[in-house]
Amino acid sequence: MTDPIRAMTAELAADPRSLVFLDLAEALRVRGQPEPAAKVARTGLARYPELADAHDVLARILADLDDVAGARAAWERALALAPGHAGASKGLAFLLFRAGDPRGALPYLEAAQAAAPHDAGIPAALARVRALLEVAEGLTAVEAPAAAGPQPPSRADGEAFEALASREAVLLFDAQGQRLAGGMRDPAGRDVGDAVAAHLAGVSREAARTARLLDLGAWQGVAAESRDGHLLLVPPAPDAVLLVARDPSVPVGRLVLEAEQAARGARAWLERLR
Amino acid sequence: MTALQATLERVTRVRGIRGAMLVHEGDGLVVAEALAEGVEGAPVAALAASLLARLRRAAAGAGLAPPEFLQLRAERGAVLAVPAADELLLVAIADRDANLGLARLELREAAGRVR
Repeated sequence: MTDPIRAMTAELAADPRSLVFLDLAEALRVRGQPEPAAKVARTGLARYPELADAHDVLARILADLDDVAGARAAWERALALAPGHAGASKGLAFLLFRAGDPRGALPYLEAAQAAAPHDAGIPAALARVRALLEVAEGLTAVEAPAAAGPQPPSRADGEAFEALASREAVLLFDAQGQRLAGGMRDPAGRDVGDAVAAHLAGVSREAARTARLLDLGAWQGVAAESRDGHLLLVPPAPDAVLLVARDPSVPVGRLVLEAEQAARGARAWLERLR
Repeated sequence: MTALQATLERVTRVRGIRGAMLVHEGDGLVVAEALAEGVEGAPVAALAASLLARLRRAAAGAGLAPPEFLQLRAERGAVLAVPAADELLLVAIADRDANLGLARLELREAAGRVR
C-alpha cells in the first residue's frame, strides 16, 4: 500500500462520512486494484447515493473491470444527477468509442467540453474522434450497424484504400517484403517504404506461427508502441500485410479501428487487382 | 521463490493471463517462466524475440524509437511483450477475455523491476 493510499484509508477510518473515499477509490483504481477500489466506492455511495462524482468514480472502476453494462449504468446515473457532468460524459464517450461507435461518442465529448472547457484532454479526444470519423467516412460509403459484424469489402473501400495509399498513410507489402501499395516517410521526409517492408518480411509467418502454437486462432494484428510513434500490422490477405503508422498521441484502440478499416479497403483493392 | 519468479507470478495473477516468461532478446531463450500447463514456452519465446527484433529494425528504418510495448492480437487471445533491462523481454500470454489494460500496466511495472 502506497503512503497516500494509507493516509486516505486512515482518514476515512477516522471519519467514515469523509468524501475522501472519492480520492481513495480513484487512487486504488489507478494503482491497478479495482476490486478494493470498487468496495470503497460502493461504501461511499451507500452513504451518498445522490453524489454524481461517486457514481463517476465507480463507473471508471467498473470500466477497468470490463463491466461495461455496470459502468454505463453508473455514468448514466451520474448524468441524471448532474446533467452535463464532464466525467460521466467523457466516460460514456469512452465506452461508445471502445465499442467502435465514434459517431455516438462525439456528442458526449462535445458535452464534456462544454462542461469542462479547461480540461486539456477533451480537445485532443475530440480531434481523434473527428479524425477517425473522417477516415471512416472516406473508407465506407454506407456505415453498417456494429451488430451486423464484419462487412465484405466493397468497391468504395478499395477506392478509399487507393486514396490512403496515394497519401502514403498506409503501406501494403507482400510476404516477401515487397511493397504493393502505399508508402512511408521518416521524420526527415525520406521515402522509407521499401526498407520498412523489407524489414517486416516474414512477420506474417511468425505471427501466425506464434498464434497457432498457443492455440489462439488466426492472428489479427501486431501493434508496436514506441515513444515517438505506433506501428500496427494487420493481414488483409494471407499473403499480404498492411502497416499503419501514427504518432503516439493516437491511442492504440483507435489505431486498431483505422487499420481494420484500411485492411478491408486493401482486401478489396487486392481482389480487384487479382 | 526468486525475485524474477515472483515478478512473473504477479503478472499471471491478472485475470485471463495464461503465463509469463522472461526471454533473452538476442537468442530467444527462456530465462524464467510461469506458464499454465500445456503452454509451449520455448518456441513462443523464440518467436516473440524474433518479432520484436523485426519491429525494432522496422521502427529504426522509419526513424522511430525502439518499441516499448508489443501486442500480437489473435482470434482467441493475445501475446504481450515489454522489453526489460539487460536485453531481456517480458512476455505474457493472454486469453480472449483477459483484462489487457491491466495486464499491460502490470507488465510495464514488472519490466521495471527486472534488473
